[in-house]
Amino acid sequence: MTWIIIILKGLRARLLFSVYFLLLFLSSLLPVTASPLLRFSAHALDVPPLRGYVNDYANMMSGQTRAKLEGELKAFERSDSTQLVVLTIPSLQGEALEEFSIKVAEAWKIGQKGKDNGIILLVASQERRIRIEVGRGLEGRLTDLTAGRIIDLAIKPRFKRGDYDGGFTAGIHALVDAARGEFKAEEKRAPVKRKQGSPLPAMLIFSAITLFALGRFSRILGGAAGAVGLPAIAYFALGSSIITAILLGILGLLLGVFLPTFFSGRHGGGFFYTGGSWGSGGDFGGGDSGGGFSGGGGDFGGGGASGDW
Amino acid sequence: MMRKFLICAVICLVVVGVAGCGYNTIQDLDEKAKAAWGDVEAAYQRRNDLIPNLVETVKAYAKHERETLQAVTEARARVGSIQVSKDTIGDPKVMAQFQEAQAAMSSALSRLLLVVERYPDLKANQNFRDLQHQLEGTENRINVARTRYNKAVQDFNFSIRMFPYNITNSLILHLKEKEYFKADPGAEKAPQVKF
Repeated sequence: MTWIIIILKGLRARLLFSVYFLLLFLSSLLPVTASPLLRFSAHALDVPPLRGYVNDYANMMSGQTRAKLEGELKAFERSDSTQLVVLTIPSLQGEALEEFSIKVAEAWKIGQKGKDNGIILLVASQERRIRIEVGRGLEGRLTDLTAGRIIDLAIKPRFKRGDYDGGFTAGIHALVDAARGEFKAEEKRAPVKRKQGSPLPAMLIFSAITLFALGRFSRILGGAAGAVGLPAIAYFALGSSIITAILLGILGLLLGVFLPTFFSGRHGGGFFYTGGSWGSGGDFGGGDSGGGFSGGGGDFGGGGASGDW
Repeated sequence: MMRKFLICAVICLVVVGVAGCGYNTIQDLDEKAKAAWGDVEAAYQRRNDLIPNLVETVKAYAKHERETLQAVTEARARVGSIQVSKDTIGDPKVMAQFQEAQAAMSSALSRLLLVVERYPDLKANQNFRDLQHQLEGTENRINVARTRYNKAVQDFNFSIRMFPYNITNSLILHLKEKEYFKADPGAEKAPQVKF
C-alpha cells in the first residue's frame, strides 16, 4: 500500500516541479529591461561610426592635419590612456548640439572603463557650433570653464578667420595639455573584459545541478531544460548572437538528454563532470570586436562646454 | 533514493527560483534608479552653488536690477529647503514639490540672464563669462542627469510589472513604482546664454 502512495506522491511532485521549472526557464528568456521595446528614437540624425581619432565627416581639415592629429592623439592615448576623439559633421539637422553630443558620447564610449577619461571635440560645420564633451573622470581637471576657454581662446578665433586646420590643432593641443597627467597608461594592457563581475560561473554551476536533477526525472524535461538554459545563459551573460544561441540550444538538448543517463549509476561522480561539460559551453559566446580603434567604455555625464564661431 | 532526489529538487527549486524570479534584477534596477536620482540632485546642487557668485557679479554692474536678483536669491533659498531623499523618489508629492522649486529657479535664472543683455560691460567681464560657461555646463548636466534618471525609472517600473517579477515584488519586495521627472512646460529649456 505504502509504495502506491509514494508513487502517487512522486507523480504529483513530478508534475508540479515540471511546470514550475518550465515556467522559470521560459521567463528567464524574457527581456530583462524595458529599454529595447519602449525606447524611441526622437531624432533622425544618427551617430556616425567611429573611424579613428579624427572623424572628419564634414571635410574641414586638410589630409595632412588629419594624419598629424591622428598620430598625436594615438601617442597621447598610449602615454596617458586618455582618449581624445574629434568629430565633425556637416549639419545637426535641427537637433540640439548638446543632445547630439551626449548621444555620440553614449554610443562611442570614448575613454577607459572605470577611468572615464574620454574627450570628444564635436564641430557642426553648417551651424558653426563647437562642443567639447568631457568624460566624468576628467571633469576635475578639464572643467566646464577650461573647456569653455579653450573654445573661446584657442578654437574660435582661428575658425573665425577660416583657419580650420589651425583651430583644430590649437584646440586639441590645449585639450591634451589640460588633460595630461591626470591619468597614466597601465604598464601592460589588461585583456579586454567582456563584462565585469559576470555571474557566469555561478549560473553555470547552478544550471548544471538543475539540469542533472531534471534529467534524472525525465529525459524530455532534462532535454528541454538544457535546450533552453544553455543558450539563455550564453545570451544574458555573454551577449552572444542568436545563431550561437540556437547552436548552444541543440548542444544543451543533447547534454540534458544524455548526460544524466550516462551517470545514472554513479550519483556523486557524475555531478562534477556535468559541471565541467557545461563550463566548456561558455566558450562560444562573446564575439570580439574587430581590430582597430574603439572606445574603452568611458562614461560621460554632460560635462564640457559649447560655443560657436 | 526518494529523499536524495527530493533534497536535490528543493535545492534546484531555490536556486532556479532566485535566478528566474527577478529578485536580483529588481534590486539592481532599484539601486540604479537611486543612483541616477543622486546624479540629478548633484547637478541641481551644482547650479545652486554657482548662484551666489553669479548674483554678486551681476550686482556689481547692474545695481538697478534688485528685483530680478532678489527673485533668484529667493528661489535658491526655496530650492535649498526641499530635499528628496533616496527613499522618497516614489513619492509623487515630494517629487512635484522638488520639480516645482527647481522650475522656479530656472525661470528666475533665465530672467536674470535676459536682464544681463542690457549691460555690455558686464557681458564683457571675464568673471561673468566664466560663470556663464559654468552655468551652461551645469544646465546641460541637469538635462543629462534627468534623462538618465527617467530611463532608469522606466527600466525599474517595467521590471516590477513584468511577469513573473511582479509576483516576486508583491510577495517579497513590496517596492512601489518610482516617479518620472516630468518636463515642466517652458522650463526644460536651459536658459540660453549667448554673446
